[in-house]
Amino acid sequence: MHASDEGRPWTFYAFAAFFGLFVLFLYGPMIVIYILSFQGPNGGMTFPLNGVSLHWFGALISQTRVGDIAGSFQRSIGLAALVSVVTVVLSVLAGLGFRRRFRGSAFAFYLAIASLIMPGLFVGLGIALAFRLLGLQTGWYTTGLGAQLTWTLPFGLLIMFAVLGRFNRSYEEAATDLGATNWQRFSEVTLPMLLPGIIGVALFGFTLSYDELARTALTAGSQNTLPLEIWAMTTNVTSPTLYAVGAVTTIVSFIVIIAGLTSIAAIQRRRARGKLRATAVQAEQSHG
Amino acid sequence: MALLNQTADGAMGAAPPTAEQIADERSGERASWWQTAPLVVVLLLFFGLPMLVVLAVSFFDFSRTEIIPAFILDNYIDLFRSEVTLRLYLSSLKFAAIVWAVTLVLGFNIAYFLVFHVRSLLWQIGLFLVCTVPFLTSNIIRMISWIPFLGRNGIFNQALEGAGITSQPLEFLLFSDFAVIVAYVHLFTLFMVVPIFNSMARIDKSLLEAARDAGAGRFRTVAEIVLPLSKTGIALGSIFVVTLVMGDSFVVRTMSGGQSASVVSALQNEVAALQYPPAAASAVIMVIIVTLMVAGILRLVDVRKELAR
Repeated sequence: MHASDEGRPWTFYAFAAFFGLFVLFLYGPMIVIYILSFQGPNGGMTFPLNGVSLHWFGALISQTRVGDIAGSFQRSIGLAALVSVVTVVLSVLAGLGFRRRFRGSAFAFYLAIASLIMPGLFVGLGIALAFRLLGLQTGWYTTGLGAQLTWTLPFGLLIMFAVLGRFNRSYEEAATDLGATNWQRFSEVTLPMLLPGIIGVALFGFTLSYDELARTALTAGSQNTLPLEIWAMTTNVTSPTLYAVGAVTTIVSFIVIIAGLTSIAAIQRRRARGKLRATAVQAEQSHG
Repeated sequence: MALLNQTADGAMGAAPPTAEQIADERSGERASWWQTAPLVVVLLLFFGLPMLVVLAVSFFDFSRTEIIPAFILDNYIDLFRSEVTLRLYLSSLKFAAIVWAVTLVLGFNIAYFLVFHVRSLLWQIGLFLVCTVPFLTSNIIRMISWIPFLGRNGIFNQALEGAGITSQPLEFLLFSDFAVIVAYVHLFTLFMVVPIFNSMARIDKSLLEAARDAGAGRFRTVAEIVLPLSKTGIALGSIFVVTLVMGDSFVVRTMSGGQSASVVSALQNEVAALQYPPAAASAVIMVIIVTLMVAGILRLVDVRKELAR
């Protein structure tokens, strides 16, 4: 007698309740600050809601009370897009390269892992010091970009490992046997097959960069990225403006996440349909 | 690493290679090298080199306005002489130990639920995403979202007073070690869930059935089959959580309201005061200690061997 033939064991319900509590722990506080961001003009940092208004969102745009939210937002989006593109190109290439052992592959692997677990502030400190000693200026699009890549590239590489671990190389071999050039094989077989994983890497690259703080803190130069601006706000802004900026930035993250996930899901669905059609055609042929 | 080993094994198959295969292998290796080179160059430039600079600067001298190239040990000597150093490390280690224990218990149970209790693949993916999505949103916002909860007039206190459990607000909730730990657990549990989930997902379910058929109870099955086979995930998750907590300064600053400090938050103060060489020395010592901790975890669990399974 197997468990799957019976009803759910009591432990299932215990675990489900536990999981539910964890999800509440994960999302509850976030939902609360989104609600509080609609606080009335005279409301405070906590409940009760003193009316409902868009006052604190307006305060974000007016820029007089808080720093340069709009400018830092533009910089963060630009930087995230840049990081995302570089992360995709470099980690897809490296992922393909890592499929065979080569001289220095272990070094490259450990370099990436060390870069991943090194405290972010240390990386930023090192880059800032190096540029200082060289007499160069730091800036979000130079040192900031480099600092963030030390965080997104190892992640991209690990995702590529997971994706390529399930990748069947015989499709590539078949392409070669059918006379495809290296480029044709890459662009018409490998790349389309890896596309969902690549979107995943792009999604991680974008969102990790967009929210990065520790590595960027010492390397952004004179102009702040959004997380740095928010970090500055946490120390001197004691109004629901803080929640309003939190709500806005989380909505941006969610739009990016949903766009990434739905495009992955769409690709998978189309593939499943294609497979189904192929099987149907095969069946028809064998009957006819 | 699993990938490396697999392909290496595949390439070195049982039959002796022909000259053509060897030539193929060589050109393939060259291609691999060029494919990986850009990533390695970026990491060397923005990670490897800067870390060497930190090491070099830790031996430099400094004045109020500049850093002076030199080779002195004063920064280290000051660090070891100061009583503050030990206190900071004890504080950081305390946070790391508590957060590790809590995230391990949470992460193991969540992964166990997702792998062994959720039967439909669609549900499994969906619930897994529910756990991972917050990771892709702002850490600072997730951290400050505890303020309206834990504050003196926050929701938690209002609820406790409303229920008649307490007559006055609990003061220790916000801007305390408690708040720091809550925020860490909130931010970092995911790093425990994902690797353990990956390990558990690879456990052959028939092993569990065999254990049950042989008369093992639920607890014994978990203790003697699931736990040992999840070792790799637990080790990787532990490495993530421990390094994240030890390397943090932002959470401890905000959530303790400046009352607690960590090694890295003290280092950040030195950087703000332009005292780069002492900050660099502190970073070097921290890296050594964290590396020892990671090496200790890897000694207990051979992650590479397990990953190559």
